[in-house]
Amino acid sequence: MTSTEDKFAIDIDEVDTGFVQMIKKTGGPNIQSCYQCGTCSGSCPAGVRTNYLVRGIIRKALLGLKEQCISSPELWYCTTCYTCTDRCPQDVAPTDVIKAIRNVAVAEGYMLKPHQKVAQKVLETGHAVPLDSETWEKLREKVHLPTRPPNASSHPEAIEEIMKIAKKTGFDKLVADKQEAEQ
Amino acid sequence: MTNPKFYHFLGCIIPHRYPSIQKATELVFADLGMDLLDMEGATCCPAPGVFGSFDRVTWASIAARNLTIAEQGGHPITTGCNGCFASLWDANHELKHDDELRAAVNVALAEVGREFKGSIEVYHYVDALYSMVGIEKIRERVTRPFKGVRMALHPGCHWMRPKNVKQKDDSEHPHIFRDLCEASGAEYVPYKDELICCGAGGAVRTADVKVALDFTKQKFDSLEAAGGADMIVTPCPFCELQLDLGQVEIQKHFEVEYKYDIIHVSELLALAFGHEPEEFGLETHLQYIQRKSEPNWKRLGLKVES
Repeated sequence: MTSTEDKFAIDIDEVDTGFVQMIKKTGGPNIQSCYQCGTCSGSCPAGVRTNYLVRGIIRKALLGLKEQCISSPELWYCTTCYTCTDRCPQDVAPTDVIKAIRNVAVAEGYMLKPHQKVAQKVLETGHAVPLDSETWEKLREKVHLPTRPPNASSHPEAIEEIMKIAKKTGFDKLVADKQEAEQ
Repeated sequence: MTNPKFYHFLGCIIPHRYPSIQKATELVFADLGMDLLDMEGATCCPAPGVFGSFDRVTWASIAARNLTIAEQGGHPITTGCNGCFASLWDANHELKHDDELRAAVNVALAEVGREFKGSIEVYHYVDALYSMVGIEKIRERVTRPFKGVRMALHPGCHWMRPKNVKQKDDSEHPHIFRDLCEASGAEYVPYKDELICCGAGGAVRTADVKVALDFTKQKFDSLEAAGGADMIVTPCPFCELQLDLGQVEIQKHFEVEYKYDIIHVSELLALAFGHEPEEFGLETHLQYIQRKSEPNWKRLGLKVES
């Protein structure tokens, strides 16, 4: 049940702009051009079937409600189809804003387990969808291709390079399992 | 005149799950006098949904590492995946225009003795075929037109969006992908939700497959409302996976059965150029393997006794 008593009033005279600055730096530079017309949500194929609301997230971000933005599970329902970006009359590029907010969320520890696994797979094999069973090798043979393609599946040194890059950017620690990271 | 050369960026899904697309692309590019070069040691693009959402600098650095492989050889890249195109084209573009990002990326690349120079371009197969070969030449090469075959399209998102940045086509009224597919002789069938996303991207399929499939189902229902089609053509293997294997998954999650043959534009052209389906393994699509079925040859106008 939702009642107004459960909600707190937002004091717009004391907005914390730190979050907005963070978003602008992380890939969503135009967020402050938003005038809340709602074209983004009206165009959003994720919004029609989930509680994902682009306009709402952007408004919350502009009001400095960082924790509400980064902890909301629906943040991860954007398929990045860019329809909102192509229709936004203010060039906010809402898709990039959402990706920037996701970056902040991940940096603060909000990541879904399946996503973390995909990221780990790339560091381990060089590929998000690896050639990880004989079934897939046989599929290649069936279409008259060499068993292994010339990508990281046959170049272990490429995987080492990916790992080195991830170490440098701190990505290896970011996506490591929690216990491992603490060791 | 020497043939135009491209580094062939395979990505993950094409070489590891839908290798028929790789083989078909090799046949089509060879037929049209374009050379595809192996990109030794290329990795995941990396997946724009997960990596782009997790950490922009890491995403751009891994993409840039792939770009440097082509820069060293001095030829452009071509890819047949909207996701790979989103990572490689976008990273290439952003790194050419954002000095701060470029500096951060080159610090990471220095660890592996590489540097992003910004000296090459990235083309989707659709761009390479449309802009560098041209529809006329493609049409001339067609020896087995898909006459009377009703073709629905799923252009997907990232090869043309965001439109102001990519400047490939008008994403609200696109025509390039349609023109290319119509060169096969198939008959274009419009449906209301042609331009909506398949549902797989942005890390949504990984997060919640049922929500992703709900997008896909909407597309199929929209197509059925328009009278159906004999095949659906897409320029992306991730969309192909979502529409092809997705039919098996939709049956499981929603108890609705659809039976559409999903064909990548490279496969469509390979067939139109007279190649037999066995040459590139059209029957290896995961839908057929899981359902122990095969393409609807009759509906596709293939293998028909004359």
